[in-house]
Amino acid sequence: MSTSTAAGSMPAKTYVSIGQIKPLGASLDVPAAGGGCGTSGGEGKASCGSSDGPDDMPQAIWDKVKNHPCYSEEAHHHYARMHVAVAPACNIQCNYCNRKYDCSNESRPGVVSQKLTPEQAVKKVVAVASEIPQMTVLGIAGPGDALANPKKTFETFRMLQEQAPDIKLCLSTNGLALPDYVDEICKYNVDHVTITINMVDPAVGEKIYPWIFWNHKRVTGYEAAKILHERQMLGLEMLTARGVLTKINSVLIPGINDEHLYEVNREVKKRGAFLHNIMPLISEAEHGTVFGLTGQRGPTASELKAVQDACMGGANLMRHCRQCRADAVGLLGEDRSEEFTLDKLEQMEVVYDLDKRKSYQDKVEVERQAQQAAKQEALAAAANAVGVADDMKVLVAVATKGGGRVNEHFGHVTEFQVFEVSATQALFVGHRRVDLYCQGGFGDDEQLPSVVKAINDCHAVLVAKIGACPRDELLAAGVEPVDQYVGEFIEKAALDWFNDYRGRIASGAITHQPRGDAQIRQGAFTGGLAEAA
Amino acid sequence: MPMKIIASTCTACSACEPECPNVAIREKGGTYVIDPKKCTDCVGHFDEPQCVAVCPVDGCIVKA
Repeated sequence: MSTSTAAGSMPAKTYVSIGQIKPLGASLDVPAAGGGCGTSGGEGKASCGSSDGPDDMPQAIWDKVKNHPCYSEEAHHHYARMHVAVAPACNIQCNYCNRKYDCSNESRPGVVSQKLTPEQAVKKVVAVASEIPQMTVLGIAGPGDALANPKKTFETFRMLQEQAPDIKLCLSTNGLALPDYVDEICKYNVDHVTITINMVDPAVGEKIYPWIFWNHKRVTGYEAAKILHERQMLGLEMLTARGVLTKINSVLIPGINDEHLYEVNREVKKRGAFLHNIMPLISEAEHGTVFGLTGQRGPTASELKAVQDACMGGANLMRHCRQCRADAVGLLGEDRSEEFTLDKLEQMEVVYDLDKRKSYQDKVEVERQAQQAAKQEALAAAANAVGVADDMKVLVAVATKGGGRVNEHFGHVTEFQVFEVSATQALFVGHRRVDLYCQGGFGDDEQLPSVVKAINDCHAVLVAKIGACPRDELLAAGVEPVDQYVGEFIEKAALDWFNDYRGRIASGAITHQPRGDAQIRQGAFTGGLAEAA
Repeated sequence: MPMKIIASTCTACSACEPECPNVAIREKGGTYVIDPKKCTDCVGHFDEPQCVAVCPVDGCIVKA
């Protein structure tokens, strides 16, 4: 691999610029097969992030996305991202946002524990890159708007480009100031930009945005939403013209923009958006947001999935977003920012460990390729399986701690992955966060109902192990606990289970029953921390 | 009458600082303060005080 030449030229000193490391993915002969969000049988276009590799996208774009956890669903299991909170100011107000509230258990966009100067941010990035070798992406996502703080944002990028040019740079923006900074964005090689676009009709927008700050005036109502909309579309078109990859985030707000998001999807796709991420509104009175205080609810799991399904075939759809904090550190769904607070950074001696970074990334690629081989095998088996070609589809929840395998104890799950399984494919459709159900080896039965609520729309839950009590509870609720696929790749396990399930229906052993809806958890994701602590 | 930032509600988001035409706003003790000697309420510069227009917290910036 060509990375060895880069390694060979490393000067022998304790601190090594990570720019000298070539990211492993870039030297792959065979592209790691990103199965999008699951296997796709035949014609199926992967739904989530970048899909099946260079076959359906230019090599240059594949190179940009393949190790980006937010743009490639498959990469997000292996590569980590971090956000640095250097951009506290904002130029608009959103009804779902209140940046005042922060506690360590709070996990949602716009929230942050410590604001950083660009210098502090760069120090943090270098420290994290040393400590977490799979960290490949740095984003500026607020807590305000990256482009409402242009000096801090671009100063951070400038310094990082010097000290760590191999780390991918991203930013998030509401789009209002975007057209003014497209040149700067290109100058610092920022190749991923996220724009939050919740509407393409100001009549919808005025219900979401009470005001914008524009040309030295606070503009409200329809006029404000109209200006924002026009700036968003212009900015998106300009980025597309310059070859910058864009992700569009849309917050699904039931009763306000749910069906309207189809139109948003169509308009952003038309303007070259690479990825569309439709995420549920997080709305609780305790967050102090306008929507939280007015009782505006978030969508249920099936409402979210219905809109996401309807938008497939538009831009690539992202299903694995965890709506992370503006200062999150780690793999999606985990947050290690507590390990890198300013105090701890002060005392940290940063030793850049090239070998550790490289050997980790080597392992990642072996795992990725094994995963792809298993998927292909499962697909082939599914194609050969005797069975009627019907369009039965069910949802299956999976307990995994990573690596794309069924390998987590039911009681240790903090979030389930949910797959939609048919005879020919297992398609990743999202995550369900759940409270930590089991601590210290014995279950707490009181929490089980909330777990059931979170996966109530699933026919089965694939686990490595499950205790007798939760097993009975799940069965009573009509969710089949399955522990016979321990250690297997998720898609293969899901397809095998489904074929078995259909076999049992065919033999008359069971009858197929439709499932109900599930709840999307609104509170903070504690990522493995004990709630009671 | 100069403007004043009510420290207890200021989120220190810094949005007001670069908007001030008189460079009267600076960070102090974790929040932001307006120098009353420099503040002109933006009269002669803009139609409305810029700090008030951009501040995300209603009622945080008031007449001193």
